[in-house]
This record gives sequence, C-alpha cells and structure tokens, in this order.
Amino acid sequence: MKPVYFDYAATTPCDPEVVAAMLPYFSDRFGNPGSMHAFGQKTKGAVEEAREGIAAFLGADSGEIVFTSGGTESNNMAVKGAAYARRGKGNHIITSQIEHHAVLEPCHFLEKEGFEVTILPVDGDGRVDPDDVRRAITDKTILISIMHANNEIGTIQPIAEIGKMARERGVYFHTDAVQTLGHLPFTVNDLNVDLLSASAHKLYGPKGVGLLYVRKGTRLTPFMHGGEQENKRRASTHNVPGIIGFGKAVEMAQGSLEKEVRDLIAWRDKLIRGFQEKIDQVKLNGDPTRRLPNNVNISIAHVEGEGMLLSLDMLGIACSTGSACSSASLAPSHVLMAIGLPHELAHGSLRFSMGRPTTAADVDRLLEVLPPVVAKLRAMSPLYHKT
Amino acid sequence: MSQYSEKVMDHFANPRNVGEIENADGIGKVGNAVCGDIMNLYLRVENNIITDAKFKTFGCGAAIATSSMVTELVKGKTIDEALAITNRAVAEALGGLPPIKMHCSVLAEEALQSAIDDYLKKQRDKA
Ligand SMILES: Cc1ncc(COP(=O)(O)O)c(C=O)c1O
Ligand code: FES
Repeated sequence: MKPVYFDYAATTPCDPEVVAAMLPYFSDRFGNPGSMHAFGQKTKGAVEEAREGIAAFLGADSGEIVFTSGGTESNNMAVKGAAYARRGKGNHIITSQIEHHAVLEPCHFLEKEGFEVTILPVDGDGRVDPDDVRRAITDKTILISIMHANNEIGTIQPIAEIGKMARERGVYFHTDAVQTLGHLPFTVNDLNVDLLSASAHKLYGPKGVGLLYVRKGTRLTPFMHGGEQENKRRASTHNVPGIIGFGKAVEMAQGSLEKEVRDLIAWRDKLIRGFQEKIDQVKLNGDPTRRLPNNVNISIAHVEGEGMLLSLDMLGIACSTGSACSSASLAPSHVLMAIGLPHELAHGSLRFSMGRPTTAADVDRLLEVLPPVVAKLRAMSPLYHKT
Repeated sequence: MSQYSEKVMDHFANPRNVGEIENADGIGKVGNAVCGDIMNLYLRVENNIITDAKFKTFGCGAAIATSSMVTELVKGKTIDEALAITNRAVAEALGGLPPIKMHCSVLAEEALQSAIDDYLKKQRDKA
C-alpha cells in the first residue's frame, strides 16, 4: 500500500503548480533583480509581484515584507534585530516556554549579551495567559515574542489580545506564524503584530525561503550586512525561484484555505475521538478546540514513541514523536514538559499532522493501524496494565 | 528507519521471548537514567544453566531489540558465561547500534547482571 504522510507540520511537498511557476526562474529568467538591464528588471518585476501578492494576503504593504531564508532566519532577525535596535530603551524581552527553538535560542543568546528574558509558563493546554504577559511587562521591556500556533501540540495563542497590550505599552510584538500562514485566515492587523515570521515550505512552497513582516516604523538592526537588497534590511541576492514559489504557494492557499480548514477540523476531531474510543489511557495534548486544524497530538500511556513511530513507519505511516528516545539530546520535548506532562507520557507522545493531500481514506487507515501497534508494544511493556 | 541495522529491525519487529516467567529463578528490574526507560528480565535456571529467559521493556526500538537479543544470548549459558556478556557483545550481535543508542544496550547488560544477582541471592538464601 502507498505510504501515508502524517507529518505536514514538519514540511509539505511543493505543489506541482508551485514548481511550475518556479522553473523558468532557474534558467530562462535568471537575471539578478539588482541588475539595471532587462534581464534583471524582468526578475525584479516577478519578485515584486510575489511580494505584493503575499502582502495583500497578510493585509500588509509590500514594503513591509522582507524575504529571508526561512522561518529560523525570520525569527532570529525579529528577536535579535529588535533587541539591538531598541537597546537604548531597555533590555527586557518576554517570550514563552513553548516557542520554537528558533525563538528560544536567540533569546538565550541575548541573555549572554546582557539582555533579560522572561520566559512565561503555559497552562496544561499550552496557552499563554495574557494576564501573565501584562504582569511581566516593565519599563525596560522592548519586545514580546509569542508564537501564533505551536508546531507540536497545535495550540493557538491569544495573539490579538497580547498584541493590543504590547501596543498600549509601546513594546514591539513579534509572532512566529510559521505554522499558521496559509493554514488559518488572518491579517497582521487582526493580530496586532509588529513582526511576523513565516516559511514557505510549510504551505506547499519550497524549502529555504521565508519572510518577516515588519510593520512600518518598526526598527530592526540588520545582521546580514552586504548589498542593498530588501531596503538594506537583509543583504544577499534574492532567492528568486524560491520567492516566486512562495508567492504562488500563498496565492494557492488563498483559494483553498476555507475548505481545507473545514475538512481538516472534521478529520482532526474524528481522529481524536477515534483514538480515544479504540485505545485506553490516551490523552490529547494541546487545547481541544483552539488548535491547528491539521494537528493531532496524543500521549499513549506505557508505550514509548520511537517504537510506535518505527512500527507505523514499517506499516507505511509517517508521523513524529516528542519522546526523549527519539531526540538527539535524549531529553523529552520542551513543549510537552511545559504543559506539565509527566516524563512517561511525553515518552508516549505522537504527533499526526495532516495536509492538503490528506484524504478521508488516509484518516480511516490511521485509525485502523494504530490500535494494534499500541497493543503489540503494550504487551511488551512492564508498565501497562489494562484498566 | 535506516539508522538501525536489519538485525535490529528484525528483533524490534519480531522480538523473541517477550513476557514473564512465573516463579522465575532470577528477576532483574532496571531503569535507564539517560532517557527513563525500563527493562524487566526473567530467568529460569536449572543446574547452573539458564534454560529460559523472558523480558518486558518500555523503551525505544534499540532497547527492545537489545532486550530480545540478550534473552537469546543467555539461553543455554552457564551463570558464569552469562555474567561475561557485555552490552557491546549484545550490540555486536545485532550488527551494531547507532552511537547515540549504545546506552540502550547498557540497560540489557544491567538487567542481566541484576537478574543473575537476584538468582545468586536466592540460592544463598536457600542454602
Ligand atoms: C513554529 C516554527 N517556527 C520556526 C520553524 C523553522 O522554520 P524553517 O524550517 O523555515 O527555518 C518551524 C519549522 O521547523 C516551526 O514549526
Ligand atoms: S531506551 Fe530511550 S533511547 Fe533507547
């Protein structure tokens, strides 16, 4: 049987239409957008068209979009760029325990540089309490960075509310929207953000291209110094095929977003219900309703995630786990620890993330395949006793 | 997943000797400090020879495969021969383990040591 992919939160396949849009820009239209001649002007036009399309989708001006090499760079640029640009005003940054490492690590780096970082806890569903943010803001606070939706447990944060508070206090507000651009409907004004990161490969675009939305008037210290690209905010010749692909991917998301959200929520809830009916001692991780439409994250007591992942892989189902055994550091996922999951339940966590190519048959197959895998591993487990 | 040898995948997918032995002559229960996994090993010993071994393991693919392999390796061995089995020997018998997974084979060695200690202690108590 054809393998089924349930790991769209890790990355998505490039849509064939996206690839088709990109192809001419590798060879035919290869000019450098920075060149004055016709070759360059042709690609410059295409890059600007992509920028305008994406900006319109976000409810932004095209001048507010900076293309980068991906979500990681966008997060680094936002966090470090804002911190250095506002050093004269203060040295305090607020973020949360469940951010992606591409936000947490720049924050840890800044701590070594003399900045102070408050890392807010989350509740059992992975939500940041806006009141905690309010209480954490001081006269020295220059930046708040809270992700739009979490990549592991899917929890959606009260971004608009936090953004409103940040604005009232004159603090820059950044959100990592890598998991939500093209997957949830929103504009930058809905969210009250000054800075927003996104990455093309999470929405059927190519890997290695992303963007940072920078609200007009928001100051950032650049860290890619060189040419004058992106209004001197990010030097280096544009990744033209990547940007064209990103533009196409966003255009396609615009058309399919509404239906996708509807289908995925139905399948997500069917999976969650189905797992809970067919397997005993299963816990849903993350908020039951305020969660990404494509995300199912469960902990199955008394079995270890890598074993389940391997067994599923052999049966043609690809997913991911937050188990300590599957990480290079042999530590369980920081997100699962932050929601207060005991080590043992973090061990038994599985994330299934769906996407545009997912079908109702895929969902049914997963519901059929997982319970016997769990039963087999539980029969080997010294911890499992049927309740 | 290609990080594991064919032999590891075989022992993971078709583990030998899963279960418990009732009134086992030696029982070893150990936990792995590195990632928090658990292995129980049960031995049947007759005339100083291990005639049966079973296991229950909560752990990764490598932990399950090394558990399975260690039960195979000890069967038919004398207590002294079994005591000489190291985690490296178990890993080698599986065609090697990725470096990051070597600690899982330590779990198997420790469970074996602990089960034999338990057997020897029970023998002393009897005498
Ligand atoms: C929430 C989140 N932020 C940032 C990233 C990093 O994005 P990229 O792989 O484009 O660097 C990812 C994806 O891995 C993510 O899920
Ligand atoms: S038992 Fe945890 S990594 Fe092998």
